[in-house]
Amino acid sequence: MLLLALDTATPAVTVALHDGDAVIASSSQVDARRHGELLLPAVDRVLAEAGLRLDAVTGIVVGIGPGPYTGLRVGLMTADTFGLALGVPVHGVCTLDGLAYAADIEKGPFVVATDARRKEVYWATYADSRTRLTGPAVDRPADIAERVAGLPAVGAGALLYPGAFPQAHEPEHVSAAALASLAAERLAAGEPLPEPRPLYLRRPDAQVPKNYKVVTPK
Amino acid sequence: MADEPLVLGIETSCDETGVGIVRGSTLLADAVASSVDEHARFGGVVPEVASRAHLEAVVPTIERALKDAGVSARDLDGIAVTAGPGLAGALLVGVSAAKAYAYALGKPLYGVNHLASHICVDQLEHGALPEPTMALLVSGGHSSLLLSTDITSDVRPMGATIDDAAGEAFDKIARVLDLGFPGGPVIDRYAREGDPEAIAFPRGLTGPRDPAYDFSFSGLKTAVARWIEARRAAGEDVPVRDVAASFQEAVVDVLTRKAVRACKDQGVDHLMIGGGVAANSRLRVLAQERCEAAGIRLRVPRPKLCTDNGAMVAALGAEMVARNRAASSWDLSADSSLPVTDPHVPGAPHSPTHSHPHTHDHVHEISKENLYS
Ligand SMILES: [Zn+2]
Repeated sequence: MLLLALDTATPAVTVALHDGDAVIASSSQVDARRHGELLLPAVDRVLAEAGLRLDAVTGIVVGIGPGPYTGLRVGLMTADTFGLALGVPVHGVCTLDGLAYAADIEKGPFVVATDARRKEVYWATYADSRTRLTGPAVDRPADIAERVAGLPAVGAGALLYPGAFPQAHEPEHVSAAALASLAAERLAAGEPLPEPRPLYLRRPDAQVPKNYKVVTPK
Repeated sequence: MADEPLVLGIETSCDETGVGIVRGSTLLADAVASSVDEHARFGGVVPEVASRAHLEAVVPTIERALKDAGVSARDLDGIAVTAGPGLAGALLVGVSAAKAYAYALGKPLYGVNHLASHICVDQLEHGALPEPTMALLVSGGHSSLLLSTDITSDVRPMGATIDDAAGEAFDKIARVLDLGFPGGPVIDRYAREGDPEAIAFPRGLTGPRDPAYDFSFSGLKTAVARWIEARRAAGEDVPVRDVAASFQEAVVDVLTRKAVRACKDQGVDHLMIGGGVAANSRLRVLAQERCEAAGIRLRVPRPKLCTDNGAMVAALGAEMVARNRAASSWDLSADSSLPVTDPHVPGAPHSPTHSHPHTHDHVHEISKENLYS
């Protein structure tokens, strides 16, 4: 087994290779505005570090969010297209599950929250690092403060709003290494992984830019 | 012919997901998936809706294009993609797909300019583009007059609209006349039975001191709307056919007059017309008449190649391969305001303006070693 994992649902552009036993190479860069530029060079670097070519990969693992849409789509589109070109399966993993796995908490419950912008967080609760209890959902921190009161929390969304998440700590962003390890575990156990389709959790903004191509209702 | 480059092109700059495949100047496939119906209820293209639709449509559209062309992805000589201009989020979906596809197949990547692609597509219809060529691009998104001596390296803006695109004016007037959407074809149809000289609508930017090659359709649009409203306010019937014909005449008169003048001024003997408005029958007739009178050869591709599509991107990509232009690098970005003067976005490893020259060099070397040898 050789899994290539990637995630662009948080400010991190993160890529890892997993051979079924362990992560053999990885790269993470934090730059929320340059997912599109950074992802392919990162894949190239990680493969070179492992001394492997992309066609050795037997499966793709991709973070399906939730996350800011523009960046999220970079990872999903890249994974889909790799799958098409290589003829290998593409597996989705909820990005928050990857963060929960990396948090390495034996006994919860705890919260994972990432920055959803517009003063909201994407969040989910976990019984332990491998078991999601609720979510993912998108909410204002103040609106969920009561529900997460007293729980430890990880992720940039938690670190950003200490009022709602006083017990926030690292990891801040997801790592593809965690995503790959979680996926490898699930695949080895014969557990299904989600389809590689985006978790947007919000409807698109229906804003039409001025002076753009106009279409009127039929 | 088998020596000519086999190139797949991906276009996602607006609401059409286009994938085309060409061999040199021969069209092999032109697959398009449109999200236009999803935008109709909003009254315009919603960028986020377009981006979501592209993500779902790209892979199936690539598969369909390969099947239509009857070629294997392994045999491609390059992957081309619209790098800009267009909607940022929508462009990024196509660029991400093209990069992943090129990388996985071990093929060079060419990020190309949407406007230059609109010009280059005519090679699929009428053979090699004459050099120089004057191009009039008119659609719902653009109205430009461009001069190209080499479509892979030299495209010069001669003029552009200072307000609305020509296609927008057609849609807006169709709406005022309650003719529905899209405006272009329906106005064209009514205009055929109307008198183009019935109403003297203004010709924007045609005064002696106005810029010779720029366009303006905003004033015309307002004049037509006011004329219709005045009739309605007076309780009179609106002569839809005459209004359509007179409005259309005002648009195509200015477009063709300025295009022919630009050809004459610059000593160019070929004019190509592209973009969705190039399907307008009166534009084609008047352009033909005026070009003939001026000794200019007119080239207009079939309508399906004039609207946004992947074949035009593949056509320009094939020309990049044929002329040995530098491929793009793996950190190619989508540029929503890519200047028309950049027909493509070559990798520039030694450019001091490059943000990570060292990383970039490194990546390029690795890529060659891994994939191209
Ligand atoms: Zn266009």
